[in-house]
Amino acid sequence: MTEFLQQLINGLAFGSILALIALGYTMVYGILRFINFAHGDVFMLGAFAGFYLAPKIARVLPTPSIGSGLAVLFAAMLICAAIGVVIERFAYRPLRGRPKLTVLITAIGVSLFLEYTGQFVFGAAPKSFPRLIPDYPIAHVGGLSVTSDQIIVLSVTGLLLVALRFIVLKTKIGMAMRALSFNPEAAALMGVNTDIVISFTFALGSALAAAAGILFAINYPAIDPLMGILPGLKAFVAAVLGGIGNLPGAVLGGLIIGVTEAFVSGYISSTYRDAIAFGVLILILLVKPSGLLGKKEVEKV
Amino acid sequence: MTSPSENPLLQTERVTIRFGGLTAVSGLDLQIGRNELIGLIGPNGAGKTTVFNLITGVYQPTEGTILFDGQSITGCKAYRITARGIARTFQNIRLFSSLTVFDNVRTAFHLHLQGDVRHALWRGRAFWAEEKAIATQVLELLEIFHLEKFRAAPAKSLSYGDQRRLEIVRALAARPRLLLLDEPAAGMNSSEKTDLMRLIQFIKGKFQISVLLVEHDMQVVMGICERIAVLDYGVKIAEGRPDEVRRNPKVIEAYLGEERTHDA
Amino acid sequence: MTFKHAKLLLLAALLLSLLISLFAGRINSYVLFVLYAIGINIILAVSLNLINGYTGQFSLGHAGFMAVGGYTAAVITNQFGDLNAFAAGALFFGALLAGGLLAAVTGLLVGLPTLRLRGDYLAIVTLGFGEIIRVIFQNMNAVGAARGLSVMHGYTNFFWTFGTAAVTVYVVTALVHSTYGRGFIAVRDDEVAAEAMGINTTKYKVTAFVVGAFFAGMAGGLYAHSIQFLTPSGFNFMQSIAIVVMVILGGMGNTPGVIIAAILLTLLPEGLRWLAGIPSLPGIAKAYPFAWVGNTRMIIYSLLLIGLMLTRPQGLFTWKRRPILPA
Repeated sequence: MTEFLQQLINGLAFGSILALIALGYTMVYGILRFINFAHGDVFMLGAFAGFYLAPKIARVLPTPSIGSGLAVLFAAMLICAAIGVVIERFAYRPLRGRPKLTVLITAIGVSLFLEYTGQFVFGAAPKSFPRLIPDYPIAHVGGLSVTSDQIIVLSVTGLLLVALRFIVLKTKIGMAMRALSFNPEAAALMGVNTDIVISFTFALGSALAAAAGILFAINYPAIDPLMGILPGLKAFVAAVLGGIGNLPGAVLGGLIIGVTEAFVSGYISSTYRDAIAFGVLILILLVKPSGLLGKKEVEKV
Repeated sequence: MTSPSENPLLQTERVTIRFGGLTAVSGLDLQIGRNELIGLIGPNGAGKTTVFNLITGVYQPTEGTILFDGQSITGCKAYRITARGIARTFQNIRLFSSLTVFDNVRTAFHLHLQGDVRHALWRGRAFWAEEKAIATQVLELLEIFHLEKFRAAPAKSLSYGDQRRLEIVRALAARPRLLLLDEPAAGMNSSEKTDLMRLIQFIKGKFQISVLLVEHDMQVVMGICERIAVLDYGVKIAEGRPDEVRRNPKVIEAYLGEERTHDA
Repeated sequence: MTFKHAKLLLLAALLLSLLISLFAGRINSYVLFVLYAIGINIILAVSLNLINGYTGQFSLGHAGFMAVGGYTAAVITNQFGDLNAFAAGALFFGALLAGGLLAAVTGLLVGLPTLRLRGDYLAIVTLGFGEIIRVIFQNMNAVGAARGLSVMHGYTNFFWTFGTAAVTVYVVTALVHSTYGRGFIAVRDDEVAAEAMGINTTKYKVTAFVVGAFFAGMAGGLYAHSIQFLTPSGFNFMQSIAIVVMVILGGMGNTPGVIIAAILLTLLPEGLRWLAGIPSLPGIAKAYPFAWVGNTRMIIYSLLLIGLMLTRPQGLFTWKRRPILPA
């Protein structure tokens, strides 16, 4: 039982990081119908932004402390939001309306560019991420070990999800996003500025990925330029699992993948962990291709 | 001739399809006789193209059966139905855009190939003989429709009217017994429409096939169809000779209703 | 292109590669190694072109098929000691075929469940399959798991490499240049219309996957017996992407262009290295022509890819689509 709860908590912590990345995939897919392959690398950039910002912020704010942790988090989110907008503006926007595969290949190109430029600029060797938030001792209940970092991951994710929900449901730009994903032509006719909404979507998704990057680095404090590949792919699977284009689905999918991985590595073998997500992906596409919460689309002939 | 012969080529029995809560076609009974030219009309969104998609296996009916030449084709895959002898064109032209005019027609001959992959790989005498025979037939078809001069041109480079005709040629190359034409007159001017009417009647006579025509243009439908079925909201509201249908109050109401909403 | 004298051309290519093979002893071993890499990449790119180019599917898992073929062939030849030239040739041929066939079976297994997927979805799922194959090898102790597998015999030679490449080019071209094979392009252009013309699109897609996987498996066997050491990470999805890039650079569905791209992209890292003045000793250079590692080159490579998509998505070597005239 203790083991079970332990794996569940580990799984939820990693799953909520995947959920944050998955949201970016699903939002972009909902509006542009394409897989932003480079999204996982924005997650990596978020972690590196935190790595380089932490010493600067430490000069102003006492570190480690909750204040400095939050400052690094927000700064990294802002930086990555800008990077996301730039990527969309220069790599994807010129290709709008072109065949899907052209855009996908471009996205792969952007992904490789970020990874290898990362290796060039940051160095290929893993770096250890500084401690931003003190490790508060938490009572060990009956052999169960929950770190304060895990609590932070869960609570920050929770707060970000509430904020996202507010933006998407209650603000004007959120409404425009939903309109665009529902019917792009109609939205454009109704005066929605497509370019701005798409830029905003990229900013929002990239900011969430950056937050995920920081949270990941807090929990698993070794970062390297290729760290985004696997979590990126897994998060994409999470988005598909939940039903791509569906925001609650992405969160649900992320948590399911995270928990499944934790159980497989805890009970079976950790070497198979990385194949889990893909196994889940193939299974879901065989059984329910539209995902858990997705709607079935009928092709028009 | 208000009803087709005893032995219809195609018969749909209580065919219904629902998409979620929407019933697009409801309890449709339709018979198409041998060598008959029948029109299917109805206001926008009446379910005409859905009927096409049901007959050709793009959609599977929720209820009901479809018989072709006395045998059920309900639930069959689209390519099997084509092999049985039903070919179609599309409302929004769907040619193989990167293939030439010649190759577009050639692909449809695929159904009548004797040889398979092994022939294509071995490229022996039988292979070349068959390819040559196919090429001859393709060119014959193209000549009939005056498209042979474009045979080496990419399909997408043709004019709109020629693309529509090429789609008909491609469908005929599958050697159907029933040809389904989905709004062939769309986007044509009146002289092109006259040509098209002549062409459809010519096809019917030359190839001895039945034709089901979905068309918006009353001039075309009333001009050539022997019998017309009218759909409104997925339900067949009338059926009969063109003059009968034209006077049918239900039909008039369905169309007037549509015009009223258009004016609004 | 009527492809009329194809069989003669194939025979000529086989004889020529046999002839060169007999004089291979006079060629510098590093040059020979790069030549093998070129041949293997041609096989990989041309076979992927059948799936991605002609049939319009998007597979990002070619390295997985290559891994299946490579490991299979290596395990088979490792069972034997030193053999005379004839027996070794027969054994190697059998091992390559076995690797190809097992890869083809894998292709069937991948192809069947993924057929209803299109475009980018399909790409990610095939990528996933490729990664699953890699993780399986990583956990398979019989083939050395993550430590890798030594391949005892360096059987790969000029004849096997370019003979297989010639057969690959022949098969893909012969398939496409026939009434039967026009179906592949029809599936790419419009699936619904292809079905309406009586084409069993499922069968065509599976055929493309199986044939493509078969040759990728053969390429894997050749790779294994050239490099003589296999690690699961050598077959990761970066390798798949490298093959995809060859197809894209050459132009999807343009076999001659894809061949040129495979040659160029194999030589490019060698050239960059030569420019940088790094000595190319065969011992150190092994694995090199295959793997795109190293930062600056990869940055150039990725920018090339983005630039290509923005300016010439149809590929570098597709000037205009030649209408294919009747035979």
